[in-house]
Amino acid sequence: MAAYDVNGSAVEHDEEGYITNLSEWSKDLADVIAAAEEVNMTDEHWAVVNFLRDYYEEYQIAPAVRVLIKAIKKSLGPDVGNNKYMYELFPYGPAKQACKIAGLPKPTGCV
Amino acid sequence: MATLHTVNKSPFQNPTLISCLGHAKAGDAVLMIEDGVYGAMNGTALSDAMATLGGDVSLYVLGDDLAARGIDAARLADGVTSVDYDGFVDLAANHDRTQNWL
Amino acid sequence: MSEQVKKFLYVNRKAPYGTIYAQESLEVVLIGAAFDQDVSMAFLDDGVFQLTKGQDTKGIGLKNFSATFRALGDYEVTKLYVEKESLDERGLTLDDLQNIEYEDEDDDYAEKPSIRLVSRAEMADVMAEQDVVLSF
Repeated sequence: MAAYDVNGSAVEHDEEGYITNLSEWSKDLADVIAAAEEVNMTDEHWAVVNFLRDYYEEYQIAPAVRVLIKAIKKSLGPDVGNNKYMYELFPYGPAKQACKIAGLPKPTGCV
Repeated sequence: MATLHTVNKSPFQNPTLISCLGHAKAGDAVLMIEDGVYGAMNGTALSDAMATLGGDVSLYVLGDDLAARGIDAARLADGVTSVDYDGFVDLAANHDRTQNWL
Repeated sequence: MSEQVKKFLYVNRKAPYGTIYAQESLEVVLIGAAFDQDVSMAFLDDGVFQLTKGQDTKGIGLKNFSATFRALGDYEVTKLYVEKESLDERGLTLDDLQNIEYEDEDDDYAEKPSIRLVSRAEMADVMAEQDVVLSF
């Protein structure tokens, strides 16, 4: 199985790049995944990733993209919490790609 | 606005049929299929309960499932109508919705 | 909206961890919620056990999906009908169930309870007013 290299230690991921053991996530790993996804992590990226991790911790699911955007709009305002900007942050889909960087499973309902 | 309910579990093993009859409204139809057909027999420990609970609904049983299990039509409780697959389709078509009790 | 909104009811009659039905139902509800329909859930018979509070699945190696019920409000699923007779038969009351709330956008985001306690007769009425009933 393929793996990310985080400071010399291997973290396994599936064929789409989602890590297989959610407890192996770290901020360093997030940077490694983001680099593999060609995403340059800014504070706004981190805000989304942190929100996803908190949501998963509380509800045991990754939120659907519209739920994510609605929540980000509430916490960070409409300039960040809108479809267009979120896709600029995560071109391959804010839920799908951000979940991967956040070390979560692919969101329910994402094909 | 009537509902067709289907039940496929034996009432002797599982309370689904009783629950279904407790929620079906007057004028609804209840079709017993697969192992559900055991609920359509007369002379069982549940026959009286079936007659009471099923009083204001139409009770049907899928004849092919009865035959498969060796239950003669003579063992059907009063008021239960045996239908074939075409009859099943007609029932589904003639009701506003189908609720499958799993 | 060109298409008419339909009323969908997901009927839950199974306890949570012995079979996969309960978790599958919840997943289908979350996926289906994307289609802007009028979605409700019904909990009766052993289905009421899905909502007990204090579930801890660490020892059985399964995901504790009871937490996910609290996310339903985000998906605009705000009607969880729970049958009183089913609770009574199992020696449960509403106090044994977890608190599930949603934010009412039309009422300044006030938090309101999603669980609605109904009698068996009222549950039958809820079922009879649906366009589509899906059982789990």
